[in-house]
Amino acid sequence: MARRYASDWRPGAPLEILEARARLNRQVRAFFDARGVMEVETPLLGASFGTDPAIEPLSTRFQGPGYAAGKTLYLQSSPEFFMKRLLAAGSGPIYQLCKAFRNGEAGCRHNPEFSILEWYRPGFDAPALMDELTALVRELAGDPALPERRRSYRALFLEALDIDPLEADVAALADCARQHHLLGADSLDLDRDGWLNLLMAGFIEPGLGRDGLLYVTGFPASQASLARLDPADPRTAARFELYWKGLELANGFEELADAGEQSERFERENCRRYSQGQQPMPVDDALLSAMEHGLPACAGVAVGVDRLLMALLGEGDIDRVLGFSLARL
Amino acid sequence: MATYNTNEFRGGLKLMLDGDPCVIIENEFVKPGKGQAFNRVKLRNLKTGRVLEKTFKSGESVEAADVLDRDLAYLYTDGEFWYFMDNESYEQYQADAAAMGDAVKWIKEQDVCMVTLWNGSPIAVEPPNFVVLEVTETDPGLKGDTSSGGGKPATLETGAVVRVPLFVQIGDKLKVDTRSGEYVSRAKDE
Repeated sequence: MARRYASDWRPGAPLEILEARARLNRQVRAFFDARGVMEVETPLLGASFGTDPAIEPLSTRFQGPGYAAGKTLYLQSSPEFFMKRLLAAGSGPIYQLCKAFRNGEAGCRHNPEFSILEWYRPGFDAPALMDELTALVRELAGDPALPERRRSYRALFLEALDIDPLEADVAALADCARQHHLLGADSLDLDRDGWLNLLMAGFIEPGLGRDGLLYVTGFPASQASLARLDPADPRTAARFELYWKGLELANGFEELADAGEQSERFERENCRRYSQGQQPMPVDDALLSAMEHGLPACAGVAVGVDRLLMALLGEGDIDRVLGFSLARL
Repeated sequence: MATYNTNEFRGGLKLMLDGDPCVIIENEFVKPGKGQAFNRVKLRNLKTGRVLEKTFKSGESVEAADVLDRDLAYLYTDGEFWYFMDNESYEQYQADAAAMGDAVKWIKEQDVCMVTLWNGSPIAVEPPNFVVLEVTETDPGLKGDTSSGGGKPATLETGAVVRVPLFVQIGDKLKVDTRSGEYVSRAKDE
C-alpha cells in the first residue's frame, strides 16, 4: 500500500512560469554580456550584515578548522558589500544574479529567500542607471515602447496627500494618515519614516506604475540607506525605486563612497537597533577599508527578480513564480 | 492575558479591539524594501458584524479574545432572553436580542445553532443554514398553478415572511435557506 508523505509536493509555479524564469535568466545574461558588464559571484554567507533596522538576518553557524568555538555567519540580504569590495579592487562594471535572504518577511509579495539581480556601473549617475534598467525591462517585456516616467517622492506626496514629506513633522504626518481615513492609524506609534512608509504603502504605492514603469526619485535623506545625499538638495538622497503595476521592483543608489559617513550611518543604525530591542549587527570593516581605499564613483541597483516575473506575467502571488515558497518547504 | 503576535495572525483568529471581540478575515503583510513592516488586517466585529480595517506594526502583540463557537440547542424564549443548552454538558446559556439578531426569525425549539460565546456569554447566534417551517398565513393561490414565475408573501410559524410560489398553502411545511432568506422547496411530511 502506498504511504502518504505530504499532500502537496508540487511546485507553486506551473511549468510555463518556470520556463519564463529560465528565459529571463538567459536574457539578463545576454543583456549584460552585450554591454561589457562582467558576471560575478560573491558569498551568500558573510561574517557581517547590514545595519538597517528594517532588515533582519537569517544566520547560521560554522564550526570546523580554525573555528573551534564556531562562527556566526549571516545569509546576505543583498550581495552589495562584497560587490563594492570588488569595485574598489578595480573590477569595473559588474552584475550578479543570485539568492538573497531576509528574516521575518513572508506574504504574497515576500519570501524569506528570493532572487536578486544587482549591478554596478562606475561612472554612471542615477538617471543613466535608470535608462539602463528601463532598457532591460523593455527587452524582457518584449515591448520597446513600454512607457516610463520619473517622479520625485515629494511630488507624489504633494499630489496624492497634499503634504510635503521633506518638511512635515511627525504630528502632521499622523494627522494626514487619520484625515485620509487610514483605518487603525489612530493607535499606531510611529516615527517620521514609519508614517512616511505607511502613507506611501497605503495611498501612493498601489497606483504606481499602472500604465508603465514609474521611477520614484529623491527619497528623503532619512531613508538614504546606502545612497549619497543629493548635493543640490541635501534633504534628499540620490536613491530611486522602480514600480510597475503597483509592485516595488528595484532600488538604486548613487553609491555613498565616503567611508567616514558610511561608518557613521552603520553606527547610527546600530544605535537604533539597540534602542528598539534589536540585535546590533557586526559592522563590515572590510567594506569600510575598501571604501577608504577608494570606491569609484558609481551607481548600483538591485532588482527583485521574483517580483519582476510577477509583473511581467501578471501574477499576483509570489508563490506562483517560485518553485517552492516558504509554505511548500 | 493571552496575546497574539502579528506573526500568528491568520484568517479566523479572534482579537480584542477597542473592547470588542473581532475575527480576522484577511491579513496582508506589507513592507517597503527599506522600511518598517506592517500587517494590514481586515476584521469583523463579532458584536456588531461590522467589517473594519486596521494596521498593525509587524511584531506588535494584540490581546486575544476569549471567544469560541459552540453548537447549542435552542430551548425557549421568555420574550427578553432566548435560552440555549449544550446537549453534552447540559449547560444553559441566555442570549439577548442583540446577540440573536436575525436568528429569531428562523429558529424553533430543538434547532441546533452555532453560538459564539465571548467570556462565556452568547454574542452571536447563527441559525442552521436550512430550516423547515410551517406556513401560518398566505393568500390562497390559483388552483393548479405550479409554475415558479410570480409569487406571493407567506408568513411562517416563527413570524418570518418569505416569498413563495403561488401554489403554497397555509399549513405547508417549507424548506428555507436562512442565509438568503429564500424559499427552497416544500418539505416532505415526516
